[in-house]
Amino acid sequence: MKRLLVLMLMWLPVQAHAALNVFACEPEWAALAGEIGGAEVRVYSATTALQDPHRIEARPSLIAQMRRANLVVCTGAELEIGWLPVLLREAGNAAVQPGRPGYFEATRFVPLLDKPARLDRAEGDVHAAGNPHIHTDPRNILRVSAAMTERLAEVDPANAAAYRSRGQDFATRWQAAIARWEARATPLKGMAVVTQHKSFPYLFNWLGLREVAVLEPKPGVEPSVGYLARVAEQLKTTPAKMVLRAAYQSPRPADWLAQRAGIPALALPYTVGGSERASDLFGLFDDTLDQLLKAAS
Amino acid sequence: MLRPTLLAAALTTACPAFASDDLDALRAELREMKAVYEARIQALEARLQQTEIKTADAAAQSIPPEQATTETAPAGNRFNPDISLILQGRYAHLDDVEHRHLSGFLPASHEHDAARGFSLDHTELVMSASVDPYFRGYFNLALLDEEVEIEEAWFQTTNLGNGLSLKGGRFLSGIGYQNEQHPHAWDFADNSLMYRALFGEAYGNDGVQLKWVAPTELFLEFGAEAGRGANFPGTDRNSNGAGSTTLFGHVGGDVGVSSSWRAGVSYLTAKASEREGELEDLDEVPVDTLFSGKSKTWLADFVWKWAPNGNAAEQNFKFAAEYFRRRETGLLNCAGGLCGSDSAGDYTAMQSGFYAQGVYQFMPRWRTGYRYDRLDPGSLDFGANSAFLPVTDFKPTRHSLMLDYSPSEFSRLRLQYSKDKSMKSLSENQWFVQYIHSLGAHGAHTF
Repeated sequence: MKRLLVLMLMWLPVQAHAALNVFACEPEWAALAGEIGGAEVRVYSATTALQDPHRIEARPSLIAQMRRANLVVCTGAELEIGWLPVLLREAGNAAVQPGRPGYFEATRFVPLLDKPARLDRAEGDVHAAGNPHIHTDPRNILRVSAAMTERLAEVDPANAAAYRSRGQDFATRWQAAIARWEARATPLKGMAVVTQHKSFPYLFNWLGLREVAVLEPKPGVEPSVGYLARVAEQLKTTPAKMVLRAAYQSPRPADWLAQRAGIPALALPYTVGGSERASDLFGLFDDTLDQLLKAAS
Repeated sequence: MLRPTLLAAALTTACPAFASDDLDALRAELREMKAVYEARIQALEARLQQTEIKTADAAAQSIPPEQATTETAPAGNRFNPDISLILQGRYAHLDDVEHRHLSGFLPASHEHDAARGFSLDHTELVMSASVDPYFRGYFNLALLDEEVEIEEAWFQTTNLGNGLSLKGGRFLSGIGYQNEQHPHAWDFADNSLMYRALFGEAYGNDGVQLKWVAPTELFLEFGAEAGRGANFPGTDRNSNGAGSTTLFGHVGGDVGVSSSWRAGVSYLTAKASEREGELEDLDEVPVDTLFSGKSKTWLADFVWKWAPNGNAAEQNFKFAAEYFRRRETGLLNCAGGLCGSDSAGDYTAMQSGFYAQGVYQFMPRWRTGYRYDRLDPGSLDFGANSAFLPVTDFKPTRHSLMLDYSPSEFSRLRLQYSKDKSMKSLSENQWFVQYIHSLGAHGAHTF
């Protein structure tokens, strides 16, 4: 035990000088941590925009990164339930266990939509706390950024002032961007759309889009051709302007339906890195809005 | 409030000395009082209910959304443990073989004879939760007819930090790759020949495990275990100290965004005292054996996983291979057949084997896989018993082909065909149809 303490003490000064290691479960939180943390942090994103965040392998490389992390930033609401618990368990990193300051769940700071009325696996891949894809509404990113700024300041008090000033700067720029996006998005209000998975309820809620159909019969369940045909039939009575999917999702169901219904199918970036223009959080919403407006006109 | 009146009522009925007129008057008075009180209570209750509704409404309106959400704890964070149940069963088309064994290998104790036709596999009950801020607990019960086996029951530290974790109790050893996986996580309907020869199913132990993950970009993990060593290849011994120890190390990482891998080396040493077994003598008559001595096993394992862009949802491929070398030295007693009532002789065996398997998900829900098993009885020396027991150079092999369909991540149906040549002079065609269902909070799987 004594040797352990000595080891820990030897570590402390090293960590104070080195950059704070941030382990982000998804690219959007990696980008946000980069905005607020700047040069004071070294951000590692566990997933890319082309990977399904529900289904990630608890790879050895992720355990190694989790072991070195000072702060873990994840979505929560059971989005990462299939892999994050393994990483937390295997890495032996006490500072980032749930309940400790080093563990940050974004969904804790945002009101969640789509809370299931019935918790039963017969309903598919339901999340008890509500839909976890909160970052598709930029106002949620603002809420999370405020909480993340405070958390960074708590975990790394030496650089608290730098985090707060960058957090403030980001909030100002982000609020201006939201005003700009909202002004541009007025033509989208009330537009009917179809989605592949319930990836965008927060985006729709923000812009006033109407989701008239979802291609997955139940969350996380792949649609069959028969089911797609029924959706196509339904669109004859309640027409939609376009079919939306996230970049990581298979194009087949959306393309099939789009062709059948004669409407465009869009692959929205969904998160940072999901398209060439979505290289940061601002680009993510610029590209999303451009694509929606172009397809709507 | 009603008690005094009830008491009075009881008293009055119990006292026949009262005049009937007085009694009637008293009763009427009591009835009146009772009615008044009841009306008052009802009114109070109604008012209470109203205020409760009002405050609930007010609370719902006044809580800002940020605070409201912080109250929704994820399902895994409630006080009750995560509970899951694994339902597993199969239909097996097998030859009628009296004593299933692996030619040239002493049988591992826990081997169950494979049932033909319809049967229930293990039914597993799993519970796990945080004990407190310092420990996590895990419990796995395997249920079979008239048999309950505690497969695992352990605690693990969560608070040591510095990449360290200590596990204690009964647990599956961290050696090799497949060893820590329960049967429902296997990629095939039956166990690999290598694990059957080594441990029966998997190596479990009552003891302690210390694991350390290095703070490097490359995944490096080292572990050591010490335990009772009651399971094959060791035996239960009436003694203090550790009956078995293990050492293992794993290394792993990514190659680009699409591939990841892990490799490892493990070492297991165990002590056996009169370990029961069965062999066939030179006349092919079964004889009982007792082995006392040391068993040392080396294992090497390698796993490689690929998915386009690291997105395993559509297509993915997994390759796994493990190799072992085991050296056993000591004394072997045999009884029956040519051995007579009891014959003792030195015993030295150096045996090896491996399996290699590939599993490919070619479209969502559907996977297919191939596995090759091969064992080598190696050099066997029965010492003084060489006159009774045969030394074989027959190498057990098996080819397995499987196709499985998973309607969701909680259910799986599997069809498997195996060409099994694990017993000398028998080439068997085996067919399996298997289902695996997991109910409840099913924990995440390891790499």
